[in-house]
Amino acid sequence: MKVLVPVKRVIDYNVKARVKADQSGVDLANVKMSMNPFDEIAVEEAVRLKEGKEHHAAGTATEIVVVSIGVTQAQETIRTALAMGADRGVLIQSDTDLEPLAVAKLLKAVVEEEKPDLVLMGKQSIDGDNNAVGQMLAALLDWPQATFAGKLVIEGGKATVTREVDGGLQTIAAELPAVVTVDLRLNTPRYASLPNIMKAKKKEIAMKAVADYGVDVADRLKVVKVTEPPKRAAGVKVESAAQLVESLKSAGVL
Amino acid sequence: MAVLVIADHDGSAVRDTTHKTVTAALALSSEVDVLVVGQGAKAVADGAAKIAGVRKVLLAESAGLGKVLAEAVEATVLPLAGGYDAILTPATTDGKNFAPRIAAKLDVAPISDIVEVVSADTFVRPIYAGNALETIQSGDAKKVITVRPTAFAAAAEGGSAPVESVAGAEAPKTTFVAEEMVKSDRPELGAAKIIVSGGRALGSAEEFHTVMEPLADKLGAAIGASRAAVDAGYAPNDYQVGQTGKVVAPMLYIAIGISGAIQHLAGMKDSKTIVAINKDPDAPIFQVADFGLVADYKTAVPELMSALG
Repeated sequence: MKVLVPVKRVIDYNVKARVKADQSGVDLANVKMSMNPFDEIAVEEAVRLKEGKEHHAAGTATEIVVVSIGVTQAQETIRTALAMGADRGVLIQSDTDLEPLAVAKLLKAVVEEEKPDLVLMGKQSIDGDNNAVGQMLAALLDWPQATFAGKLVIEGGKATVTREVDGGLQTIAAELPAVVTVDLRLNTPRYASLPNIMKAKKKEIAMKAVADYGVDVADRLKVVKVTEPPKRAAGVKVESAAQLVESLKSAGVL
Repeated sequence: MAVLVIADHDGSAVRDTTHKTVTAALALSSEVDVLVVGQGAKAVADGAAKIAGVRKVLLAESAGLGKVLAEAVEATVLPLAGGYDAILTPATTDGKNFAPRIAAKLDVAPISDIVEVVSADTFVRPIYAGNALETIQSGDAKKVITVRPTAFAAAAEGGSAPVESVAGAEAPKTTFVAEEMVKSDRPELGAAKIIVSGGRALGSAEEFHTVMEPLADKLGAAIGASRAAVDAGYAPNDYQVGQTGKVVAPMLYIAIGISGAIQHLAGMKDSKTIVAINKDPDAPIFQVADFGLVADYKTAVPELMSALG
């Protein structure tokens, strides 16, 4: 089974985003960038499908192709995935941050070229927080989807996925090929070892351009402005639990 | 322009999230219809018809819709989409699951998790874990939008809209297998007026329940948890408040033993009043807390219980 894993280079999750003074966006100059945390989980699961870790049979995945759409530096993100155990990469170069619809259309073109049996990807990127690309890709391909996966079992031509939903867990079975988006608790991604980082340097990354795919990637949404959220007024420290209750009562909260 | 709201419900009644989404829809247009997808959901449709401002209610039923499978919702909504300029649904796990799918089929950009309607084509939504607010203007003729329920007031009851049946679809390539829902008599996290939330400092699942439950019961509060507490197995996944869990905005949020990581703050910093109890005076949670108590929860919580009387 061939697995395609889309990954995104985003601001590191530990960095607090700063809004630019001209309100045009978030300042990403000289900010630490990393692989989107949900995408790391997707890569890890794909590698486990290949290695046969935990409940997966060894060789469930035979080839793992990682694809990213973004600036030239997104090669580093692909390289990280290759060091974790993916086999080869595809980078579709784009200097602008494309909207989810455009990303889904490009990924559809990649799927048609690569013909994977499974697309495993993060449920959302921590920059745009859209939580949309996986669902949109599934729709464009007319494939079933299983979002917010907390557990994945591949068996009998189906992906049986336990989804993290409001109120608890829901298990569904989706016929392959399918798109599965992963949630935080699916697994704990590994750190790439030094020998694997060295090996990853020899793995192939195909460099592509958006224009290679003949897809309309024009923005549908215009960003009018990006602003700071309203600041909370400074709070007070209280000395005791009794004083806390008193303060809450006088503030009319209790 | 006409707007379609896809209702969120529990099988027997519409949830408050639907009322809040109707409020957002009414800010776009006065022609608001509600679609109830489900199986045996007539009572839900009758409930939706009572929301003030609703023009009519459409009821679509099928086995796939009973479990809100995305493919079935998509196939049900697409034939109706021609009559609407915007399709709204709450940003619940169900809404997030099917809305982008519908958007892709309509070839429009989905607009996720809006917190404000500026005009019929312009919306505000949080990005970067709530550290920035983006105002976006949609150039699409049709809009597919998920609404952050905590950002809107609930529409009142008092309507009497007619209910019509429409065709429900199935999800041919997806089957429902099982579900395991967390049972709780406490208020629902998303709708609670008071939330007490525990973090990693509580140390164990037993301690989490021993400390949090009596306090929650005393305050009539829902219980939340930080990701660290959930990952450590102290609390079920469904309790998680944050960027990847639930986004809440209660009247009172009491964070106990929670340091206040960016991802946690993303889920609760719009609470009206925030209280932090933490023994580390430098914990980031104190930067957003209206009232902070630097103390070990082991002494502070019993004292709090007795002070509450």
